Amino acid sequence: MNPVATLTDLAAGLTAGDFSSVELIRYYLDRIERLDAHYNSFITVTGELALAQAAAADARLHAGNATPLTGLPIAHKDIFCTRGVRTTCGSRMLDNFIAPYDATAVASLATAGVVMLGKTNMDEFAMGSSCETSFYGPVHNPWDTSRVPGGSSGGSAAAVAAGLTPAATGTDTGGSIRQPAALTGICGLKPTYGAVSRYGMVAFASSLDQGGPMARSVADIALLFDAMAGFDAKDSTSAVRDAADLAAAQGAATSGQRLTIGLPKEYFGVLADTAFARVYDEARRTLEALGHRFVEVSLPHTPFAVPTYYVIASAEASTNLARYDGVRYGYRCAAPTGLTDLYERSRSEGFGREVKRRILTGTYALSVGYFDAYYLKAQRVRRLIRDDFTKAFETVDALLAPTAPGTAFPIGQISDPVEMYQQDVFTVPASLAGIPALAVPCGFHQGLPVGMQLMGAHFNEPRLLALGGAFQRATDWHLRTPNLPG
Amino acid sequence: MTIHERDIDKLCVLARLAIDPDDRRHAQRDLEGIIAMIDALADVATESIEPLAHPLDATQRLRPDEVTERVERNALQQIAPAVRDGLYLVPRVIE
Repeated sequence: MNPVATLTDLAAGLTAGDFSSVELIRYYLDRIERLDAHYNSFITVTGELALAQAAAADARLHAGNATPLTGLPIAHKDIFCTRGVRTTCGSRMLDNFIAPYDATAVASLATAGVVMLGKTNMDEFAMGSSCETSFYGPVHNPWDTSRVPGGSSGGSAAAVAAGLTPAATGTDTGGSIRQPAALTGICGLKPTYGAVSRYGMVAFASSLDQGGPMARSVADIALLFDAMAGFDAKDSTSAVRDAADLAAAQGAATSGQRLTIGLPKEYFGVLADTAFARVYDEARRTLEALGHRFVEVSLPHTPFAVPTYYVIASAEASTNLARYDGVRYGYRCAAPTGLTDLYERSRSEGFGREVKRRILTGTYALSVGYFDAYYLKAQRVRRLIRDDFTKAFETVDALLAPTAPGTAFPIGQISDPVEMYQQDVFTVPASLAGIPALAVPCGFHQGLPVGMQLMGAHFNEPRLLALGGAFQRATDWHLRTPNLPG
Repeated sequence: MTIHERDIDKLCVLARLAIDPDDRRHAQRDLEGIIAMIDALADVATESIEPLAHPLDATQRLRPDEVTERVERNALQQIAPAVRDGLYLVPRVIE
């Protein structure tokens, strides 16, 4: 078996009877057990449950009522609640938390017959761009284990890149699917805000959080997105979508439309390293050869996206994380002397430094005297940022931009929070605008993977998936793999 | 914008976080840096711009006022740190 096979390849193998789902799952469980010490990409491995799910999938495959995903493995980011299996969110606060229900995204994939291998490591409460803030230790990038895999869905990204799973779920609040996908040479989709249910996804910043798939190929992303997306009455912000749109997500990945693609000058203008920037020239030429046309566009409020994001995300986080009180679930300090002591020590001992930093920032932005200057101001600038995209999509069908300002950096290199926040410079604008964005590997710089980002108007996932799929039929960047230990 | 130790103390009270002196110095320095970064927003002209709370301008969806869920108190209290007779236990607040 090939550890870096795509879901599409593995589905063909299952259908042809080359191997059973139980054999496939045993293969990946064995790899995780032998190799994950190099990457620290899993927090929990659910071997027994996976084999039971695989046996049920084999029965479905034999009975002829399988879906295209039945019997295929996936790893879930440890932010998605899984009934009976602990969900830590990378935090000491939830080290003992076992959710009494499944997240809708998890349930939808399980209903399709997808088998869960386990739960992946992540930045604590998804707050980070490097997977260094996890209570369970940093994740290592399979391309160079002294480097970060990006974050916050870095465990999912590293596990796919290392061939410990062919696919994983992630969540993206300001780039947490796309940036780790870029830094590990895999694909990741941040869907339109509201396309995938947030029910059962531990909340960070509710007006930005969005779950999505991570996998080796765009075709695999399309398959998973099809199963994950859809209206959910349990999520008050779930988007009502046309059923035809959803069905098109898979089919459109093979259509051959000629598109006008915008290159936002504010993104390319700040790339300091010309050799790194040349990777994108090459990607553009590949797409031009496929018949697509490029024009320069301007998204003038881009420089304000990072400050806008850090006000809104921190404010919403400080509100969402108020629920961790040591009373109903999660960490509780020992021998509290009073109610305030219970709250303060449970939260102070349960949360790590970055989470506390964001709570303090959010509390500051929402406090009396600063609410108008920071929170309302950021919401006004958010509208300007979204309107920049709306205007751009009047003249272009999609946008191509870098995903991250550079390749994977060494673990421990960035200690200043403001410097770390600049990692998100190219990903937060799409988050603020709520538009879909697809990260696709497009080359290498100094031996490390580089990713491009395709952004589209709200609900234009089918177009992005078609474009990314066409790019991958013309290139093999997504099939390159790091040196993997036996 | 200068952040003083007393500002950090006030924020910690609001956020119910206890912070030791070493961490307080870190927090003070970090918060100053973060606020300097977000102060860039003051440069954007937003006089006639409405705040955007939802990227698709959606409003809260309503549903019929019908009982559809049951309270699963026993199941939910399985994961609570301290319960007795169906009640969550906290330190005594009234003497």
